[in-house]
Amino acid sequence: MLSTAEKEQIEHEIGMVPVKKAACIEALKIVQHHRRWVSDEGIQDVAGILDMSPEEVDSVATFYNLIFRQPVGRHIILLCDSISCYVMGLNDLHEELVSLLGIQYGQTTDDGRFTLLPNPCLGTCDHAPALMVDNDLYRDLRPEAIADILEKYL
Amino acid sequence: MERPLTQHITFPPLGLRQYEAIGGYQAARKAIKHMQPAEVTALVKDSGMKGRGGAGFSTGMKWSFVPMNVPGPKYLICNADEMEPGTFKDRWLLEGNPHQLIEGMIVAAYAIQATESFVFLRWAYKTAAQEIRKAIQEAYDAGYLGRNILGTGYSLEMHLHTGVGRYMCGEETALLNSLEGKRATPRSKPPFPQVSGLFGKPTIVNNVETLSYIPHIVNKGADWFQKLSLTADGGTKIYGVSGRVKNPGAWELPMGITLRELLEEHAGGMQDGYSFKGVLPGGASTDFLVEEHMDVKLDFAGVAAAGSRLGTGTMIVLDDKTCPVGFVHNLEHFFAQESCGFCTPCREGLPWTEKLLWAIEQGNGRMKDIEILASQTKLLGPGNTFCALAPGAMEPLQSALKYFREDFERHIIEEGCPYNHHHHLHSTSHEHLHR
Amino acid sequence: MNIYIDNKKYEIKEGKNLLEACLQLGLNLPYFCWHPALGSVGACRQCAIKLYKDEDDTKGRLVMGCMEPVRDNVRISLEDPDAKGFREQVIGWLMTNHPHDCAVCDEGGACHLQDMTVMTGHTYRDYRFSKRTYNNQDLGPFLNHEMNRCIQCYRCVRYYKDYAGGKDLDVFAAHNHVYFGRCGNGKLESEFSGNLAEVCPTGVFTDKTLQSHYTRKWDLTYAPSICQGCSLGCNTSAGERYGTLRQIANRYNGDVNGYFLCDRGRYGYEFVNSHQRIYEPAVRPHSNGAVKKEQVVEVVAEKLKKGRVIGIGSPRASLESNFALKQLVGAEHFYIGMSDADHDHTALALKILKEGPARTPSLHEMEHADAVLILGEDLTNTAPLMALAVRQAVRQQPMHETEQTLHLAPWQDAPMREAIQDKKGPLFILHTFPTKLDELATAIHRGAPDNLARIAFALAAKLGADVAPVDDLHDEEKTLVAQMADALLAAKNPLIISGYGSGWDHFMKAAANISWALQQQGRAPMLSFTLPECNSLGLEMLGGHRLDSAIDLMEKGGADTVVVLENDLYRRADEHVIDALFANAKEVILIDHLYNQTAEKATVLLPAGTFAEADGTIVNNEGRAQRFFQVFVPKGSVQESWRWLLQIAEKAQVPRLSSLQNLDDIVWAMCVAVPFFEKVQQIAPHADFRINGQKIPRESHRYSGRTATLANENVSEPKPADDIDTPLSFTMEGFRGEPPAPLIPYFWSPGWNSVQAVNKYQTEIGGHLHGGDPGLRLLEPHLNGRPHYFREAPDRYIPMPGHVHIMPVYSIFGSEELSMHTKGIAQSAQDFFCIYMNPEDMHQWSISPGIWVSFDVDHHSYQMVAVPNHWLPRGIAALNAGLPKSKIIDLPQCVKLSGAEALHATR
Ligand SMILES: Cc1cc2nc3c(=O)[nH]c(=O)nc-3n(C[C@H](O)[C@H](O)[C@H](O)COP(=O)(O)O)c2cc1C
Ligand code: SF4
Ligand code: FES
Repeated sequence: MLSTAEKEQIEHEIGMVPVKKAACIEALKIVQHHRRWVSDEGIQDVAGILDMSPEEVDSVATFYNLIFRQPVGRHIILLCDSISCYVMGLNDLHEELVSLLGIQYGQTTDDGRFTLLPNPCLGTCDHAPALMVDNDLYRDLRPEAIADILEKYL
Repeated sequence: MERPLTQHITFPPLGLRQYEAIGGYQAARKAIKHMQPAEVTALVKDSGMKGRGGAGFSTGMKWSFVPMNVPGPKYLICNADEMEPGTFKDRWLLEGNPHQLIEGMIVAAYAIQATESFVFLRWAYKTAAQEIRKAIQEAYDAGYLGRNILGTGYSLEMHLHTGVGRYMCGEETALLNSLEGKRATPRSKPPFPQVSGLFGKPTIVNNVETLSYIPHIVNKGADWFQKLSLTADGGTKIYGVSGRVKNPGAWELPMGITLRELLEEHAGGMQDGYSFKGVLPGGASTDFLVEEHMDVKLDFAGVAAAGSRLGTGTMIVLDDKTCPVGFVHNLEHFFAQESCGFCTPCREGLPWTEKLLWAIEQGNGRMKDIEILASQTKLLGPGNTFCALAPGAMEPLQSALKYFREDFERHIIEEGCPYNHHHHLHSTSHEHLHR
Repeated sequence: MNIYIDNKKYEIKEGKNLLEACLQLGLNLPYFCWHPALGSVGACRQCAIKLYKDEDDTKGRLVMGCMEPVRDNVRISLEDPDAKGFREQVIGWLMTNHPHDCAVCDEGGACHLQDMTVMTGHTYRDYRFSKRTYNNQDLGPFLNHEMNRCIQCYRCVRYYKDYAGGKDLDVFAAHNHVYFGRCGNGKLESEFSGNLAEVCPTGVFTDKTLQSHYTRKWDLTYAPSICQGCSLGCNTSAGERYGTLRQIANRYNGDVNGYFLCDRGRYGYEFVNSHQRIYEPAVRPHSNGAVKKEQVVEVVAEKLKKGRVIGIGSPRASLESNFALKQLVGAEHFYIGMSDADHDHTALALKILKEGPARTPSLHEMEHADAVLILGEDLTNTAPLMALAVRQAVRQQPMHETEQTLHLAPWQDAPMREAIQDKKGPLFILHTFPTKLDELATAIHRGAPDNLARIAFALAAKLGADVAPVDDLHDEEKTLVAQMADALLAAKNPLIISGYGSGWDHFMKAAANISWALQQQGRAPMLSFTLPECNSLGLEMLGGHRLDSAIDLMEKGGADTVVVLENDLYRRADEHVIDALFANAKEVILIDHLYNQTAEKATVLLPAGTFAEADGTIVNNEGRAQRFFQVFVPKGSVQESWRWLLQIAEKAQVPRLSSLQNLDDIVWAMCVAVPFFEKVQQIAPHADFRINGQKIPRESHRYSGRTATLANENVSEPKPADDIDTPLSFTMEGFRGEPPAPLIPYFWSPGWNSVQAVNKYQTEIGGHLHGGDPGLRLLEPHLNGRPHYFREAPDRYIPMPGHVHIMPVYSIFGSEELSMHTKGIAQSAQDFFCIYMNPEDMHQWSISPGIWVSFDVDHHSYQMVAVPNHWLPRGIAALNAGLPKSKIIDLPQCVKLSGAEALHATR
């Protein structure tokens, strides 16, 4: 069931677009914002409020990289795996992350703290390699700096 | 040297009052109050402005295709999805001077008589999102947006849309689908978005850099714009360099400076211990240029003559310690992952290409693989696929096969990577957090 | 227009794309994502060709044939090495993930992907890495799902969602992980899901009923057939092996069903293989009565010779069988075996269409209507393909606009949909219940049938019909009338639909009035009626007395013997009425194929061929007479009903039928006796028709194992059965070219083993079959005739205290008798029987939900569970019509709820 806040926000988005369906991505973002990921039930709920079928909504949800259809950790690490970061030492960062967190791409730490994901180009190539944790961008990274960064996120 | 686009970039950016203090929103006033929409379009056409989003199509011309006398809304969209690997120029403009972009959008919207406008911003640009949201609000408060702008009767709404991650969202027709809440698969052209775009209505999609330039053209004229450039393509351009150079970054420079000047003077040359092997001049989907191209003039025609594309003007340097096969594999991995899955060549051809490159890189390559790769670059060429993603993906590969063929062969003969790197990328693409 | 293909000049009509042009010209250009009914999207890139600027351009550029319009003097090449190489590689790409499991794939041998692979010459695989794999879903009883075979042509979702309006199938994920399916396991909700098996070019979606008794498609024996599922008469190809019917596939008919069938039609064939089939004649009460064929004919003839015989025909039997019975017993003793309501509706439809000035359209014409009005029908459940046609019709008006403003052709599917968005042409629906088409409607109006009919009468008046004024409409109703009038007058080809669906003939009368008025206003309206069964209209054309007069007659002792033709009379009137009829008969002779309640009463049983074991003609709701052909030689003593009747007539020395031997004979006799049927002689070539001296084979030349199949019994190959009735042979021998359209058993062309071969049989893509689509219309309107309007609108409906008016509710799965023998259809049907009532009525009469209510019909008491339904207006109740457990047949009925009055009084 959508919360009142979710419903209100989605209704607001519906008001912004000429057809209800056009609010689909916004609605998914809202649900994910409140719950960190979008469950099957979330898909049903969004479908209900937008007069769409769950299939239509899930078709959109599964297309995009950053709508999570499985549970994720409290913090999302997006490691840029594109070309400039690759040239500038992505591999070392990746190894460091894997060894510190004990997880691979797509996985979540047992304590539910972090989910590690590769991310195409973060658009900060002059400061490669880079990663984002939640809304924070970290640039010009060396593997040694990773542990301290992770410390900040509980 | 004039740097119209970037001279007022600050972090945090200028607020509305500060922006107005340096002459901001004069162009919007001038256009809306004193020019006919068609005049604005004609001016931009005269300036010779070519779109900075990668394809380099005349901006004024694009606007002129919008039918002016059809009923219903028209749309202006700023493409701020910047996701082309190696590209980071729009971020600079978005974070550093959002009012300049908004003003450009107002003028552009006025020129096509759009009533709705969107900034389609990629998810990762969190700071930009904040700044733009703030700036849009300021512009509304000051009467530059909303109903009856500056008392002229012209009205324009502006919205910020943040994406949910797909390179395809940058392709202008896929972007429209995404804005309609759908899967970001591209649309066939014709009909072009200018005629049938967002919600089937006339729509213009322009890049951040393109739109940010518009106020300056309106203020200072077509001739001025032409003269900024060293070559026939007018204006300045934001160039960027990343990779193993001493001073990676982005600079606004006259259109048509040479590659050498950019790499050596601005980027400071290669880092110690590394030497130059090649460069992708305009993002991941452009062909390599190599040593012999150092004196190529960096404008649309100059780079094209050298067998590549100016693209986004942001260069990625390949150095001598980085394996070209691994480098290209990284790119093809990206493209294969970001294919929308709509057309066959792209959906199936790119993963195959990626797997071949991975096999070669791992020492499992065969000489025939090089042939297959070469034939893929032709088969996935322009016109053969539904949109420009796959042809773009083939550009670095085809030129790598041309310039670094020996590297490919050595991998196969030596059954391993001579650069002795270790790699983390897995050739099987995983569908993270999807069903 | 002229076009040049590989430097050869061809002529072609404007408006098509180059792929269509090539196919139409007989050239082999491979494709996947394009479909003639779905248009082009350019996704698969398989139809690549070279396009040249002009004569001097030698390089040309690669384009997709399906995405380029035909232009005058355009120059293209299919043979160009770049184009050929690219097309081959498209298959190469698809094969990187396709599992190459043809040997175990249901589609194998009839697979578009296989055909295209051969066509492009892709033979060797360069790909040496692993393939992606998927989990499959359980999509219910009708379709298998095998996603690994998917080639991502997107046809399934485009058909299912865009064309058929389905919601629960979509594409998920991206890049080479795209997945086509539902959110989870579960039956596909669309009533048109079965078409996926034909729309999918490979083996992702395949027919589950075929799989349950699987045979390679090339090993089926096929005949051109007509669906028996409803009154629309969709054309089918029925396939048999080893004495069981195994598959119904679409048989293209440009005028009727085009490329698609509904799931009742596609899957409702299992009754042919049912355990309840009657294979041998039986005579009661003697023993358990097996008798020989010859004997039973004699027994029956003897009984008939005694006279005092009546015959009861059937709307699900062929014209020929009904005619034979009518002749056998004599016209004055022939009764139409329909319920009174069905009879009234059908007779009214015939009268309106025969005498009035409005034309009844084909399904194909309906797709092109530019405004639609539906009166009292839930088409998805009463005439499914008509619902599909209306779905296409509502796109006409916005498409025309877009064609003009954006210069888009209708085949440019994606841009067309984008430009149209959710704009729709006018569609109005007046019905008591919600229908699946409501989502497309400009306006819907609900209420009691009489009140809805009043609105329709008011509309007719507004359009100028000479009818009594309806002057007590509410404002809202008046606005609706004005809105509908404007929309219909603005249209060139408005379509008015009504029929038997709500059991109220006022709807049909109003529909006639509206169409006639529009006709007089200079429009070209189309008037279409849904009818109860596959040959309702044919039987009505043949004519006969009402069933209730047979019942009266028997009650008065007016006859001793009743001959019942392919009819379970317990579905025609309430149980006690039919019980009485049989009780009054000394002999009941039943000719039918399934052991049913009527069969229990029969004193003589004659096993009749189903549509798959018989030849015959039926007339659809359009008045189109169509021939179905015997698919296979039946087991036991089964034969066509008309053949039984001819044999009996022979023995009984009935002069009206003497010396008729075969199908041509009886058709001839029928046309002589009833000149109205004259054209029926021409709907298919006669039995002596030959091409190059050869018959048309029912089996493909790929048919396997003929000499081996019976080797365990007899090593000498038995003589194949003769077909004395038609130009078709039961073997694989015969003429290999293209037969005349009515005789096409299956579509096949060299290199085209899948259903897509149909392209080769059409005069233009999506157009008529060569030589014209099968079937002939027996009804043409007197367009300039003066209409005799139905003058009286019904009175406003005022509920009578303590009474309810029960209306029927039809359902695609459940209401039709024969299709319910298919397990999947029975599973999809409502599985309990109840009476739906208005909740306030229930409250007022203290009937709580789930409680039994009782009422009397004709002094017989019935009990039923009451279920509230808030769509029902006060005083109106409803029953699921046709369900096997149904006891109340003759609907609508006004009944008094027992005790209700008393309850009412105490309030
Ligand atoms: C796969 C793909 C991705 C693209 N991504 C972007 C992008 O992120 N930003 C952008 O401005 N243009 C992008 N483009 C180009 C746009 O389609 C379009 O040409 C551009 O936004 C037009 O702007 P302009 O006329 O100002 O250059 C992309 C094109 C393709 C084929
Ligand atoms: S199988 Fe379907 S999903 Fe796959 S290609 Fe075919 S129709 Fe489409
Ligand atoms: S049939 Fe033309 S691209 Fe698919």
